[in-house]
Amino acid sequence: MNIPLRDPKYLMKLPKLGSFHQSKLSFLRSFLSEFKDWQYRRDLFELNDKGYGRAIYSFSKKNKTYSLVCFANEISDEERSDRVIATKWDASFALYDGIPSKEDLERLAFNVPKQEAGRLSYKELTLSRANKSVRIFDHVVENLSQGKQPDTDLLSKVGYLYRTTAVYGSGKFGLADRFRIKNRKEIYGPFRLEMMLVYLVRQFTFDQVNHLAKHKNPNTSVELDLNICRNLGIGNSTGLGMAPFIVNHPILLNNWILARETVLKRIREIEKTSKEEVNIFKKCLVRSLKNVTNWHTESDFQNRKNKQLTEDLEKFIKFLNEDFSFETAFPFNRIYIWAEENLSDECIEYIVSIMMEPYDEIVNPLIDKMSSEEDEHFNIPVNRTIEELRNILEKRYSEILKIDFSKDENNQNFWFISRNKEEPRLASRHDMEGSNLEQPLAIARDIKKLYEAIYTQKNSLKIGKFLTNNNHLRHVVRRAFITEKFPYAEIQDNTIGSQLMPIDMLRLKLSFFGADKFDPRSDKWIRICMFQGAPLPADPEPFDNHWIYNSLN
Amino acid sequence: MISFSEIETTAKRATRSVGFSWGISEEVGKNIRLLEMFGLPGVKNINQYFKVYNAENFEDISVFSKSNISKKNYCPIMLGVNFFDQSSDISDFNQLEIENLAFPLLLIPFVSRTSEIVGKRIFLKMDNKEFLFNFNQSIYSNYLSGDIIKKSDKISLQFLENKNSFSEQEWSELYKISENTFVEESEELKQKTAGAGLIDND
Repeated sequence: MNIPLRDPKYLMKLPKLGSFHQSKLSFLRSFLSEFKDWQYRRDLFELNDKGYGRAIYSFSKKNKTYSLVCFANEISDEERSDRVIATKWDASFALYDGIPSKEDLERLAFNVPKQEAGRLSYKELTLSRANKSVRIFDHVVENLSQGKQPDTDLLSKVGYLYRTTAVYGSGKFGLADRFRIKNRKEIYGPFRLEMMLVYLVRQFTFDQVNHLAKHKNPNTSVELDLNICRNLGIGNSTGLGMAPFIVNHPILLNNWILARETVLKRIREIEKTSKEEVNIFKKCLVRSLKNVTNWHTESDFQNRKNKQLTEDLEKFIKFLNEDFSFETAFPFNRIYIWAEENLSDECIEYIVSIMMEPYDEIVNPLIDKMSSEEDEHFNIPVNRTIEELRNILEKRYSEILKIDFSKDENNQNFWFISRNKEEPRLASRHDMEGSNLEQPLAIARDIKKLYEAIYTQKNSLKIGKFLTNNNHLRHVVRRAFITEKFPYAEIQDNTIGSQLMPIDMLRLKLSFFGADKFDPRSDKWIRICMFQGAPLPADPEPFDNHWIYNSLN
Repeated sequence: MISFSEIETTAKRATRSVGFSWGISEEVGKNIRLLEMFGLPGVKNINQYFKVYNAENFEDISVFSKSNISKKNYCPIMLGVNFFDQSSDISDFNQLEIENLAFPLLLIPFVSRTSEIVGKRIFLKMDNKEFLFNFNQSIYSNYLSGDIIKKSDKISLQFLENKNSFSEQEWSELYKISENTFVEESEELKQKTAGAGLIDND
């Protein structure tokens, strides 16, 4: 049986992409798999009795070492902000390529706590900062100092002690450019070093609360129970900064989605499943229900989605138990078709993720294919013709060509970069100033302009000649030829319309990171949790590959 | 140290801010990164060019001929974009001359990328400075200064035919040496080691 890949025109709509969940392909899971046999060490831990100071954690294998350098700083409650406009954080971090010297440490101590205002070097790979979840952090320290474990119900409502508010890599603020490290096999998967940073930060948060509790009351204090540690993740609070990324990296986006779709296709094409595979699927499904019921958010938007997800999962489990047999041929294809006909996008994509759990042999080969070389496809093929371009637009962008951009609601917003923090923002074109400095993120509108511009051109006209008088459309000509080769490269939706939910764009990216417990704070701001349920760096191998469904919180 | 990624992003934004389209700005961002990676002073030159860009009136070029002369200085960005876009037609000229080009180093990455696209080495002479572009893999040059070059009076470009840099005799001599890694085939080896028989009449 040959199952086609899902149609980009259906899949690449924002509400659909905003329903994606973590999966075995997610970067934090593939990071853990890759680094599970690396040697973990806490190389330095110099915090004072208030928990301020520096620490270093590392992963090493043979002659290669990656070191996380941590700086814990004193800030007042008034100074604590997750927004990018903040200038101080409870802790700041840099992932160093190798073992830092004393001089490196002093240089990092001067620059890392300043984050965007500091300068890093090619020796540093990633940069981040994090703020305490004050309520949880103080509760944990207080209880541990009194010899008690913290209230796990309270912990489950948040899920982490710290949340990062930005993680930077790939040449930002002087960090190493990607070309310097891209050929290292251990970091072939996207964002692997960002994941390493976040994972080691998680360990730092446990060590810090243990340290503070001990200093608060050396006679009675206890350490945080390791099972509680495993069930705490690291939070992340993120805004619009992430949204343009998926527009600006079309080939990377394609490769992420294509990997997911290829896995789904191959699983649907499995004629007979083994008992063990069925058991893994069912076990993960049942255990995942705990994750869903412990998914706390104050967002009406997300609560509606969660309610629908819970109802759909109940419906799905009833279907599995009463109306379905894994003895039927192509069982996962039947499940998928039933889900499409009966469930919401949130639940369909949830099930798609869980379907991957039994199939390492299908998933793992695709993980290395999720990076991209965007530069290789940068040059516009100037010898192609207008006829070919028109065919691409009609084939790949037919949904977008239906949008009427003369209507105000379809042209409602514009994306811009704020001068004070150099961060992306979204504003109403009709109410606010600045649309003359609009960023090139209104791809749907500009593709439509391109289609109109070539409408009257001769079929045989070469693209190079067309561009002579149409360079204002050059950016979308480039994209069209990229999308010809990479069908999932483009969001098939309007990124400036009044109905846009920017958090759909954030959620898409975060789901590939491996985040869960999406907690939108507005339509432009979201909190999530990462590594909840994950093994600790010092845990012995082998660990449960389905750890993401282990959360007890 | 500023990373190449920062150089590309900043050059792109700066290009947009002086009035070029986003698509052209993307080209310039990539180009300045390329210049800096090849060790040429891209940031210095684009920075200086943008200081004078709006004050001076630069000449555009849309159709190339063998000899391109302008009283006003040509804009290296628009000339470069059009050179790249029309590269297949231009390469038919084999040779090309441009007189009066402002900030000529900014043309260099367009020519380097064109060398890759048309699949030919390109030799460029900029007054007394020489550059050989090797399919955008490397640039060989007698120019090593990090200076700003505000203008070139005369640029000549030559698309080089794909031909070997060595004689047939030199090649056969080298090939003969390489043959020393081969095993002389005995009758037995001929019979037993190739898979198929010596005669294949059906």
